[in-house]
Amino acid sequence: MSADMKLTLKVWRQKNNKDTGSFETYQVNANEHMSFLEMLDVLNEDLVRQKKEPVAFEHDCREGICGTCSMVINGQPHGPMNATTTCQLHMRHFKNGDIIVVEPFRAKAFPVIKDLVVDRSAFDRIIQAGGYISVNTGQAPDGNAIPIEKNIAGKSFEAAACIGCGACVAACPNGSAMLFTSAKVAHLGLLPQGKVESDRRTKAMVAQMDKEGFGMCSNIGACEAECPKEIKLENIAFLNRSYFKAVFGGVEE
Amino acid sequence: MSLTGLFLILFLVIHLIGNLQLLKDDGGEAFNVYAYFMTHNPLIKFVSIGLYFFIILHAVAGLWIAYQNKAAKGSRYAVSHRHGTSWASNNMALLGTLILAFIFLHLGDFWYKMKFTDQLNMVSYESHPVAVKDLYERVATAFSELGIVIAYLMGMVVLGFHLWHGFQSAFQTLGLNHVKYTPLIKTVGKIYAVIIPAAFALIPVYFYLFLR
Amino acid sequence: MYEKITGEDPYKMPMKIYPAVHYTMGGVWVDYNLETNVPGLFATGECNFSDHGANRLGASALMQGLADGYFVLPYTIGTFLSKEITTPKFNPDSEEFIEAAKNVENQIQRLMNIKGSQSAESFHRRLGKIMWDYCGMARNAEGLKKGRQMIRELREEFYKDLYVPGSDKEYNPELEKAIRVADFLELGELMMVDALERNESCGGHFREEYATPEGEAMRDDANYACVFAWEWDENNPKLYREDLKFENVELKTRSYK
Ligand code: HEM
Ligand code: SF4
Ligand code: FES
Repeated sequence: MSADMKLTLKVWRQKNNKDTGSFETYQVNANEHMSFLEMLDVLNEDLVRQKKEPVAFEHDCREGICGTCSMVINGQPHGPMNATTTCQLHMRHFKNGDIIVVEPFRAKAFPVIKDLVVDRSAFDRIIQAGGYISVNTGQAPDGNAIPIEKNIAGKSFEAAACIGCGACVAACPNGSAMLFTSAKVAHLGLLPQGKVESDRRTKAMVAQMDKEGFGMCSNIGACEAECPKEIKLENIAFLNRSYFKAVFGGVEE
Repeated sequence: MSLTGLFLILFLVIHLIGNLQLLKDDGGEAFNVYAYFMTHNPLIKFVSIGLYFFIILHAVAGLWIAYQNKAAKGSRYAVSHRHGTSWASNNMALLGTLILAFIFLHLGDFWYKMKFTDQLNMVSYESHPVAVKDLYERVATAFSELGIVIAYLMGMVVLGFHLWHGFQSAFQTLGLNHVKYTPLIKTVGKIYAVIIPAAFALIPVYFYLFLR
Repeated sequence: MYEKITGEDPYKMPMKIYPAVHYTMGGVWVDYNLETNVPGLFATGECNFSDHGANRLGASALMQGLADGYFVLPYTIGTFLSKEITTPKFNPDSEEFIEAAKNVENQIQRLMNIKGSQSAESFHRRLGKIMWDYCGMARNAEGLKKGRQMIRELREEFYKDLYVPGSDKEYNPELEKAIRVADFLELGELMMVDALERNESCGGHFREEYATPEGEAMRDDANYACVFAWEWDENNPKLYREDLKFENVELKTRSYK
């Protein structure tokens, strides 16, 4: 019922940020029902048994919601399946005997820490730069006190699905973080509660994004194609619009 | 980028309308008179300085962005399987540079000779008070050479690809995005990217085939 | 989502369903202000024990995060901080700091120096299996005693035969995992002890010995209307009982019939 498979893995090994890194080739016995990470677990168990250093990779929830499992599989961030994170990618999508190339996300703003692990803290700093939104806490507000159009709520919700995985940056030939930043700006900026600080937030997040050394968006669309949460390019247009509005129309602080 | 790009897009339409007069079967009268107007009207002169400036600005900014983006990427993937993107979008700087080369060739052929040399013959028309330079003849001569015709054709193919991505990209950059209009913009952009270069390309082909 | 994981279309192929532990009740002890027994350390959201009782229903994680964040913390953290405004910055060279850092360093060295042959991951899996077998959805006294013994043996083996590759001076996920598993081995044992101590069936805790003739959970409110909090000790974890007082509602047995 469940087919075993023999695979050849070419995995990027890099001791630390200073190391140049290179590919190592390994043989793994996997099973088609394993997830890609479980297959790497098998490889790592083997390596530990041989007293070798296992391949460092990030993982946490293993259910597609935390966004840590970053790696590029056969040239695609999170592998060949659309709208799927590495942890949700199962080995049945590969064939017995396949050669699979696994690399870390590559972008200057995402330096490699070790093997497949990259430092994505630039994203955290972009979110931090966004700051707060004003809401009244302490008491339960009346339900529907602020009416929100269904379709706006929907768009905001879709933007909020971004898990901050960084696949967009990894996929982008410019190493641009516009899809991520736009998702964060849009999910707040679309809603009435988020509009209050919108100008300040948009400017601050864009400034931080540039400071981190991400590239500029030239609307290629590789990000949208690789995003595991199907965040749309339309958010980038929203960000541009908000940004122009903030820069040219915003009230100076 | 987007603003200069859109300006250039607008320019291309005007430029094309003017140039299509070359296809009029009047021995070049309409075109030559138009060329005289374009080189002597003070408003057009002013706009054309803006145009040179925008072309340079667009090219310099584009190449600078492309250079910075390359640096922001850092290292490259050993295996890259990019999907869901157009070839043109990935090669805007290359396409742009080829267009720039083409623009130099093109200006050297006509614009430089028209404005800064006396190589062109003068012709007089009844409809026009003063004699004008016969740019039409120069065009006809140039387009009788197969090499030049091919260079122009290739230039237009390159321009088509640049616009295939550039047209809708400019709107996206400006944040002009709308459920109703974006699909329209994309379609218009693609039609534009095919029709305009094709119409330009028609001129050298027509001259080479029928007026040699 | 089901199809993504199993590769089978549930519209065409009956779904494979298997009962499993969805959630383990309990968490870090906090007071009504969500402050733990360490002053100034607040535990909010899912990690504390406060907002769920013996049962945890779907989406209560979200509810708890929102409720704690919106309605509780805005009052309680401010109250705490208002008294701290005159407290000077802590000195990282103080004795307490140095001792805490040394404890962590010792634990790391201890794990690194075992240099055995088994990975932290393999211990984690074995621990999980023990928990599943003896402290799963239905437990009984015999199994819990046996399970506790097995965990103690596993812990011993862990400290004899663990192998942590790499070094402690660089990014080392294996070391991180080993530190966690060391904690899990203690937490797992505590869960066994706790389940053994509670001689009733209640919500997510089903003791086979305490069931109605129909196989439904049988509670013992006279003796166990209380919360257990534990202080870890290698051999005899110390129990703190906190009685549950119901002022406005009356305890009843829920029936789905
Ligand atoms: C008639 C000539 C040209 C037209 C109509 C044109 C039009 C455009 C348009 C509309 C865009 C999209 C702008 C945006 O998305 O913001 C664009 C992008 C670009 N163009 Fe041009 N262009 C022309 C010539 C050139 C030349 C001569 C160069 C360079 C040597 C060039 C280099 C670029 C580059 C690198 C981009 C992408 C940059 C980015 O989107 O950030 N173009 N062009
Ligand atoms: S936009 Fe998509 S690809 Fe980018 S960080 Fe968010 S979820 Fe990941
Ligand atoms: S491990 Fe959390 S998204 Fe993959």
